[in-house]
Amino acid sequence: MADDVLAKIDEKVKNNKIMLYMKGTPDFPQCGFSAHTVEILKSYGVPFGSEDVLADPSVRDGIKKYSNWPTVPQVYIDGKFVGGCDILHELHERGELEPLLKAAFGK
Amino acid sequence: MITPEEIKTTLEKALPGSTVETRDLTGGGDHWQVIIVSPVFEGKGLLEQHRLVNEVLKAEIGDQRIHALALKTFTPAQWEKLGS
Repeated sequence: MADDVLAKIDEKVKNNKIMLYMKGTPDFPQCGFSAHTVEILKSYGVPFGSEDVLADPSVRDGIKKYSNWPTVPQVYIDGKFVGGCDILHELHERGELEPLLKAAFGK
Repeated sequence: MITPEEIKTTLEKALPGSTVETRDLTGGGDHWQVIIVSPVFEGKGLLEQHRLVNEVLKAEIGDQRIHALALKTFTPAQWEKLGS
């Protein structure tokens, strides 16, 4: 059963150029860190997939196992785990996020 | 709860040559911002750097002495560039 969840996560991560696992939804984030992460992604005007981990406890546990990272939100770009709110914020500030996004969307 | 000295000592011992600055975000001693400048981060991405620090403080995070940890990690070269 746990494998099912991981397979489901893997599929979403691979099928979305940007995939965000968060608490709440992009329009109604349920946590400050998730809200800030959404805000950063939205500032680039790029489309991103998202899933609300609060809606499914198995995903909430599964995503932590999948990335071996203890917290949510989690951002995946081009199938690769990039980090949570702190790391995304820092990449954004250092100007390193834009090239990552450009590479993912093939410019 | 943990003291800033404990955080500093633990990190500086595990990551030789590091400079560590701590900030108690709430005054409660368990929500911390930690800035680490370390040559150990050279050649590593942010994710790897944060993983490394989380690993060093695993016990303290695990037993909730540290409840929240906001990290800022830099290589010495990156840090110098920021200051100039």
